[in-house]
Order: sequence, then structure tokens, then C-alpha cells
Amino acid sequence: MTVLGVAPALPLHAAGKYVAGAYVVFVLVILIYVAIMAIRLGRMERALVELNRDLAQRDAVADPEPGPDGGREPAQLSTARDSSL
Amino acid sequence: MPTYGKRLRGLSIITLTTLVAALALVFFYAPLDANQGFIQKIFYIHVPLAIVSLCGFVFGGILAVMHLRTGDRRYDMRAYVAIHMALIFGVGGLITGSIWAKASWGHWWVWNEPTLVSYLIVLLMYATYMPFRFSIEDPERQSRYASVFAIVAGAFVPLNFLAVRLAQQYVHPRVLTLAGGNLPGPMALTFYLSLLGVALLYVTLWKYEMAAKNARIQMRALRRRLLGDDDIRPPQRTAAPSL
Repeated sequence: MTVLGVAPALPLHAAGKYVAGAYVVFVLVILIYVAIMAIRLGRMERALVELNRDLAQRDAVADPEPGPDGGREPAQLSTARDSSL
Repeated sequence: MPTYGKRLRGLSIITLTTLVAALALVFFYAPLDANQGFIQKIFYIHVPLAIVSLCGFVFGGILAVMHLRTGDRRYDMRAYVAIHMALIFGVGGLITGSIWAKASWGHWWVWNEPTLVSYLIVLLMYATYMPFRFSIEDPERQSRYASVFAIVAGAFVPLNFLAVRLAQQYVHPRVLTLAGGNLPGPMALTFYLSLLGVALLYVTLWKYEMAAKNARIQMRALRRRLLGDDDIRPPQRTAAPSL
């Protein structure tokens, strides 16, 4: 705060809007990129959940535990497909 | 499979620190320009964005050479991401330059200024890179043709830069020269730190993008192993390389 206190005042009255605009563009470009990456990450996370579920179902099919009536119906693998991967 | 996320956290922290330090120098250390005053502060973001974008295009060309030499499709992926990121930085440089032109010259764009128009030509040329890739369905041909494009276009960038430098008529200022530059010490320090910050940002985002693409490819391969080839719908036609 001390540094900011002794720093000269920025002459924002005339050119401030242009300078602010340029730096806002820079920040916006980064923010938009980060937002796109976040959407992709979310999509990948959902696909990973789906993959884990498929893996668990496959394990259940491969190694069925005998139920009280001596057996059970084999679980079906998810046929949901993700073309985005 | 290489891991692109390695050391990404450290790199991100260094990038953020450098950018914050550069911004602090821009607004609280670098003196006001005698001619342009406060408007000149745009220089510290516009020029690094433009330089890094042009270097990114050349970097993409070098990676494309590596792809054609080795036949390793991972280099095509790296070149694709390098050009993709350079294009984003280039658009940032173009918009910030346009804002500076309006504030300084009173016009958003000056068509008889070689520096501006040549930069726009380079950007427009690279804007065709993605549609060009998308237009080729066969992945093998797509990667080879795209590499040829990236090499030719990458060679054009420094030639274009030299041609503009040799041009006689210009109003765009020449800041960096072979004689050592026209910036006084504090301005030069601020500028070089900004340039370093933007360059680090480029490298960081390139690594992020590569890590994301790599993870997606690995997950697809894992899914194929788990469910079998028949259960995976073939990927949609895309401009992005597929390994």
C-alpha cells in the first residue's frame, strides 16, 4: 500500500479509456481461453466418469457374485458413446 | 505417450508472477512518453503480443519441418497447437494495435501503412489454416499438407517482416533497431519484462493445450481398449490432428 501511496497518479482522464480497453482485451482473451478450457475439462471429466462406470460394469460381468438365488443377470455395458473424445 | 502437464504448475506460477511484475512496471515505473503520454502504455502489451504471435507462427513451421522429417504425428499436433495459440495472440495484438491507432492517429485502421497491412495479411493467411485442415478428410494427408502449409507460411513471416522493414513509407514507429533500440532504460526494462511475460504465457498455454489434447487422446485409446473398436463411434471430422 505504501508503494501505491507514493506512486504518481495515473493520468486517466484523456487516454485512460483506450489504455484500459487494450488491457481489457488482453485479459478477456485469456479469460475466454480459460473458459473454453474449463468446458473441455468438464466434458473430459464426464467422459472419465462414464469410463469408470463401464469398467466397473465390465468387472461385474467378468466376476459375478452369487446372489441369494444362486446367480444374477449380467450387467450390460453402457452403450453411451462419446464422439467428442 | 509424452506428458505435457509436467512442471506446468511451476511454469504457471512463474508466468503469472512475471505478468503481474510487468504490469506493475508498466503503470508505476515506466515514465510517460514525451510525445504520446499515457496512450503509449498500450505499447507494452501490443508489441509483445505481435512479436510472440509471429514467433509462434515460425515455431509452428519448425515443428512442421520436424513432422515431415520424422513422420511422427505428434509434431503435427504440436505445430497445430503452436499455430492455434499464435493466432489467438495475433488477434489480441491486432485489436490492441487498432485501439492504439485510434487513440494515437485518430483512426482504427490505416490501409496505407505497410506494418499494419502486412500483419493483417499474415493473420488472414493463418486464419485459413484451420479450414484448410478441416477440408482434408484423410488424417494422413491432412497432417502432411498442413505441415507443408505451416512451413511455407512460417518462412513467409520473417520475409514479410524484412520487406516491411525495408519499406520507405511508414508512420508506424520503429522501436527496436539493429543499433540497439530507441527506448530509454526504464522503458526498455519494462518492455523486455512484458515481452518475457507474454512469451511465458504463450508457452504455458501451449503446454496446457497439449496436455488437454494428449489426455483426450489417451482417454479415447483407453475407451477403445475397454469397449473394443466396434463400440466406439469414429471421431467426427475435425481440423485438429488425431494420433
